[in-house]
Amino acid sequence: MNNYKLCYKVAVVLAAIIVALLVGSIIILAVGGNVLSTYWIIISMPFKNFRSICEVLTRMIPLMIIALGICVSSRCGINNIGAEGQMYMGVVASCTVAFMCAGMPRMIAIPLCILSAAIAGGLYGFIPGFLKAKLEVSELLSTVMLNYVATQFYLFCIRIPLLDPNEKTGTPMSARLPESAVLHKFVRGTSLHEGIILAIVLAALIYILLFKTSWGYKMRAAGASSRAARYGGINVPKYLIIAMVISGGCAGMAGAVELMGVQGRAMSGITSGYGFSGIVVALFGALHPIMVIPAAFFFGILLYSQVNLQILTSVPPNLVQTLQGAIILIIVSVQMVINNPYTEDRFRRRFFSSIKKEAK
Amino acid sequence: MGKFTEIKELRLENIVKRFPGVLATDHVSLTVGEHEILALVGENGAGKTTLMNVIMGLYHQDEGSMFINGEEVNFRSPNDAFDCGIGMVHQQYMLVPNMTVLENIALGMKDCQKNIKVDLEAVRAKVNEISTKYGLKVDPDAYIWQLAVGEQQRVELVKTLCLGAKFLILDEPTSALTPQETDELIALLSRMANELSIIFISHKLNEVKALSQKVCILRHGAVVFQGNTKDYTPKEIAALMTGRDVETSANTEEPCNGKTAISIKDLCVKSDRGFLALDNFNLEIREGEIVGLAGVSGNGQRELAEAMNGLRKVESGSIKFYDTEIANLTPRQIIDLGMGYIPEERNIEGIVPSMSIKENIILKDTETEKFSKNHILKNSEIEKYTDEMREKFDIRSPHMHIAAGSLSGGNIQKVILAREIDRNPKFLVCVYPIRGLDMGAAEFIHKQLLALRKRGVGILLISEELEEIMNLSDRIAVICKGQNQKVLLRDEASTAKLGILMAGVKDE
Repeated sequence: MNNYKLCYKVAVVLAAIIVALLVGSIIILAVGGNVLSTYWIIISMPFKNFRSICEVLTRMIPLMIIALGICVSSRCGINNIGAEGQMYMGVVASCTVAFMCAGMPRMIAIPLCILSAAIAGGLYGFIPGFLKAKLEVSELLSTVMLNYVATQFYLFCIRIPLLDPNEKTGTPMSARLPESAVLHKFVRGTSLHEGIILAIVLAALIYILLFKTSWGYKMRAAGASSRAARYGGINVPKYLIIAMVISGGCAGMAGAVELMGVQGRAMSGITSGYGFSGIVVALFGALHPIMVIPAAFFFGILLYSQVNLQILTSVPPNLVQTLQGAIILIIVSVQMVINNPYTEDRFRRRFFSSIKKEAK
Repeated sequence: MGKFTEIKELRLENIVKRFPGVLATDHVSLTVGEHEILALVGENGAGKTTLMNVIMGLYHQDEGSMFINGEEVNFRSPNDAFDCGIGMVHQQYMLVPNMTVLENIALGMKDCQKNIKVDLEAVRAKVNEISTKYGLKVDPDAYIWQLAVGEQQRVELVKTLCLGAKFLILDEPTSALTPQETDELIALLSRMANELSIIFISHKLNEVKALSQKVCILRHGAVVFQGNTKDYTPKEIAALMTGRDVETSANTEEPCNGKTAISIKDLCVKSDRGFLALDNFNLEIREGEIVGLAGVSGNGQRELAEAMNGLRKVESGSIKFYDTEIANLTPRQIIDLGMGYIPEERNIEGIVPSMSIKENIILKDTETEKFSKNHILKNSEIEKYTDEMREKFDIRSPHMHIAAGSLSGGNIQKVILAREIDRNPKFLVCVYPIRGLDMGAAEFIHKQLLALRKRGVGILLISEELEEIMNLSDRIAVICKGQNQKVLLRDEASTAKLGILMAGVKDE
């Protein structure tokens, strides 16, 4: 029976992938591309050599860190759409601290930068958490609005206080970070940097927090049924705020890592939409800190393929985003089908009755 | 209007409906003739409501067929059923509270919605016609939220009849009514049977006896018995319903004289809608005593239970728990003082449905030394403990890792009971503990409550089942419109007396 259940799930997932690829094909054909070669590039290029795998892993780091934070907030029943803004705040804080720490040893400067980003993001997450817990302000509203504020604040910072003094063209960006605050690459000439250690440690920490501690237990209870949690003596507003602070802190750290490991200086568009993709990664990983790792890897592949498509085909790279949207939509719908016991039961009966008929 | 001018006979043949892992109805066949009242009885989960939903086209049967006047019919939606003259009054009324009676009735009448403006005058004419014909008094301009439960039910009946129903299905019509309202309804329905055919679902056997000509008993989805009601006693029907002789546990102890455990004085609490749900409510409960609180639901019971557990703000008055004033303390503080609470809505308040049984058992105790150290949960301790609880409270589940929400109502209640009782509470507030449970589970829960009483724990038992209250309580208080009408000793109480008090008449 269990075998049957597994087969059923695998069959549904395979069907979903086929449907997603078909829908994707239609889109590719519509823009006049070659379906097979486009798919081949998306799938094969990331694994072509060590350098390309590193590219995927690098894109995975901020996605993963943000998604881990989203796991905490969503499990606690609050939708953090504000990761983008919290990430900007993290960039501002870590960038400021990095210049203050110029000349210090790396062992001190880097933790300080990351910590300051976590605090800045955490504080920025505290605001919607507090508003929700105390005044029942919808977190969807407050986080989205705070995103706008953060974006403009960040632009202000890189135009005036953090502006590179040697920059003469007026491009809004900071100076290069001092060497003490730069995350090193593991192998020269590849992009993978030390931030991945932080991502993996965080995954383990968040897993332990959510599933092995009484705090995580209470957060999950509050998120799964706030009435039952309140009945059970759990201070739901308090844990809402804590969860938002953790979530914001993660997004802030993602900003720091992206700044210190990839860009090397604060410039406009540094978040690359990771704040939103991170939400999708978290949902894709079923809000489980460990499942988030493969989910982030998958998204890393999709993001990296944008670069390859631009170089190797006539297909516009924005197509990848369209494909991404279609694939996510289909897979999420499929999860609904998998989780619907009624559909499964009906299938099971059809399946077994057809077996019986054949046996006769 | 409608496909059939009259329904001489409704016949079901071998209806099968499956839900995941459950055979909800198992080859059910039954026939209802013109002007006949069929009582459909069975324990909870026997498949009564499912069967009716199949008739109404809300579910589609997996096998079997349905005939009206010998002609096969196939309903895809309730609209198809309406068109054939079949109407249903659900257990939960389907009325929009902030619309008037007339507007609610107009919702279902498509004839009146042809123009942009709903033709309310036509609806009013129809309503008046139906009311006089059947003697169903309703005020067409009242808002639903202003009406008592009994009146809302009349609105449902009028609504169904306005749609041209010639065949009525009533799902537990008396479950929310006072004994007096129930009598009225039964008289009304027997009058209406001159014009209509009725299927009525119930598990109250005296009503079945009073109203129906034929009775059909379902057990585990299958028809186990059909016959003429008058040939059987309620006891015989009960035995057929459960498949065994029913024993009920009862409290036969002397009234006790322990210390006062709970003392409620002049308590005022607001409901969600902002009016005073408890209006100077007074009650004292001793330790080792069960006080039953009888009343029609919605008269302040929920607000009382929530106020006693810190889940609702107390406007004025006091609640003393031994020597501590607990009004407006936090739920955590009250739990730590030794209060236990079995809440009304077990599925969403009593448990976290998506979490495992194991996690639900420790809901209130995650910070205790027994289950955690420095906030790290002691997983093996918790597993050992929950396995103990499973044995002790007979929780029927293969293991304790499955989601608590997937258990049956009885097993969910056992999980809650295990948690609340094993914490050794000093007092227990218990709200509708056996609502919706089958007799076996109800019996188990009653035994546990009586055992707890013997240990010297005071219990407030809030229930709408008078039988349960009269069986278990030492004293019985009656709540109506947020006030304590009167407190009776067990021996003084009778259904009739309680019914009068529940309806708001203060005697003497």
